[in-house]
Amino acid sequence: MSNKMEIKNFSFTYKKAKAPSLHQVTLPIKANKVTAIIGPSGCGKSTLLRSMNRIHDLYPGNKYEGEILLYHEEKQPQNILDIKKENEFIELRQKVGMVFQKPTPFPMSIFDNIAYGLRLTGLKNRYKLHEQVEKALRDVALWDEVKDRLHDDARGLSGGQQQRLCIARVIALKPDVLLFDEPTSALDPLSTLAIEEMIFELKKNYTITIVTHNMQQASRVSEYTAFMYLGNLVEYDTTETIFIRPNKKQTEDYITGKFG
Amino acid sequence: MDKLFQILTRISASLVFIILVATAVVLYLTAKPAIEEFGLGFVFDSRWAVTEILEKPAESPAGSSAIPASDSASDTGVRTVDTATPADEALVIDDIDSDDEFDDDIDTGEESDSNTREIYGGAVPIVGTIFSTLIAMIFSIPIAMGVAVFLSEIANEFTASIIGTAIELLAAIPSIIYGMWALFYFGPFIASIFGGSSVSLLVAGLVLGIMVLPFMAALSRDAINTTPNVLKESAYAMGATKFEVIKDVIFPYAKTGIIGSVIISLGRAMGETMAVAFVIGGIFKFAQKPTDATISVPVVLANNFAESSGMSMHALFYLSLILFLVSIFTIYLAKYFFLRKQS
Ligand SMILES: Nc1ncnc2c1ncn2[C@@H]1O[C@H](COP(=O)(O)OP(=O)(O)OP(=O)(O)O)[C@@H](O)[C@H]1O
Ligand SMILES: [Mg+2]
Repeated sequence: MSNKMEIKNFSFTYKKAKAPSLHQVTLPIKANKVTAIIGPSGCGKSTLLRSMNRIHDLYPGNKYEGEILLYHEEKQPQNILDIKKENEFIELRQKVGMVFQKPTPFPMSIFDNIAYGLRLTGLKNRYKLHEQVEKALRDVALWDEVKDRLHDDARGLSGGQQQRLCIARVIALKPDVLLFDEPTSALDPLSTLAIEEMIFELKKNYTITIVTHNMQQASRVSEYTAFMYLGNLVEYDTTETIFIRPNKKQTEDYITGKFG
Repeated sequence: MDKLFQILTRISASLVFIILVATAVVLYLTAKPAIEEFGLGFVFDSRWAVTEILEKPAESPAGSSAIPASDSASDTGVRTVDTATPADEALVIDDIDSDDEFDDDIDTGEESDSNTREIYGGAVPIVGTIFSTLIAMIFSIPIAMGVAVFLSEIANEFTASIIGTAIELLAAIPSIIYGMWALFYFGPFIASIFGGSSVSLLVAGLVLGIMVLPFMAALSRDAINTTPNVLKESAYAMGATKFEVIKDVIFPYAKTGIIGSVIISLGRAMGETMAVAFVIGGIFKFAQKPTDATISVPVVLANNFAESSGMSMHALFYLSLILFLVSIFTIYLAKYFFLRKQS
């Protein structure tokens, strides 16, 4: 089974922070699988995820060490920590899409929210735009709900719909990897279920990494799970192993709710 | 104790309201004779302190309350004597003084004749105010937006804090200092580039623009800073460049706040007196081109109140009532935009 990304001996220090927030993390991200990252608050889950598309670099002064490899179909694997030029950043972020904890619809219509990224890539043909917007909305099971109001402001949708819109917006760009940072923590149980089902569908075509606080969610949607604690990767294995017979005591305590 | 405190706060709050209403009422009552005399035509009449001689003695002054909207007074059967002789001298104060002396001569000479009356119309200062404000806005909006974007999105923290502080200090400079600076340095400088006199509509507009610029920039920066980081991040995460994020996400998001800051600045520019009084020329004449001298509403008020009485006083109050209403309207509009943003 092939890796889509590989994090090797990766350490990360925030600007002005005295100690690194991640210590020597090593973790594979398997292609076309869902990898869940779990761990108590403040353990560095978001920090790790945000390194994988270098979104940290919007705020200068952070320090990276180690390697994060991104595997391409034709080209050699690329260490994304070497990226310096703006066009390379843009390319990386279109390959590695990200969905945030809170829905972040852009201040524009539903249609334009999805079309935005496509237009950024230079797609202008109206017919093609419409086709791809529809496809992305169908992929997140939102099409039927919004097809009659595509030109309304996206901020008028419900929270759950907004979050699916944000996911559609990212997959419209056909990225290789999708990063989800607690995508359902701001949603009601029904919307959460809708998004979990959607993730299940999406993994046929995408490699997914999801940060979650919800143990059931991790066990339901993922094939692999990484448990982090205080900036260290404690254990990484198949989700089954982590949840049924973890190798480390710390993992077991966390899974069974003894701390965290 | 609690009760007393409640009463005190209630009194202070109602005081504000009372002052507002009282101002409106006083303005209206004092302006009333002029309103009755000139009606809405006041806004369109470009004559100020012009003595009108009625050709038919039988006609009562009250019968001619309809005032012609233009300068073409001849076709309504009246003759006008233009007393506001435009002087090409630069110094404002002198102009007004000499005009007023001239007025007084005619007034005393013909006051006894019941077939004459003084005509006051606000068109010249109103147009002057509109155009000087317009020039100020055209000049300041693009620069203020540039500064605001630079401070909130481009500059590093250190630069942003230094320039931000400088801008807040600029906004605190009293307007009279801008006026003096403009009269002695900026006006002649502009005249050397665009020609014309060193006091003109253009100079006044530009000085107003410079004056409101720091204010507008600071408010717009604050509006831009309300854009949530995670919203910007999601745009960057889709491969947008900085310019695209600013144009497609930040500006639309902060739009209402930015519009509000522009409107507040507009209100300030419209009511500004001191800086403009130095450099607009103070002449009751429409500017044919931007480099001509003219006058604005607050400057008319500041220059003429001391010497006015009777109808000229009422006319000044009529002008101030107009300014008062327009200012209140602008502030209200700005408030509407600011409040809508929060919902
Ligand atoms: N911008 C920052 N500057 C400095 N330190 C930060 C910054 N952001 C996060 N940290 C620190 O890095 C560590 C990891 O934070 P991170 O946000 O990755 O945690 P998390 O696992 O995502 O937590 P949560 O589950 O609460 O989202 C924390 O100790 C936090 O205080
Ligand atoms: Mg987090």
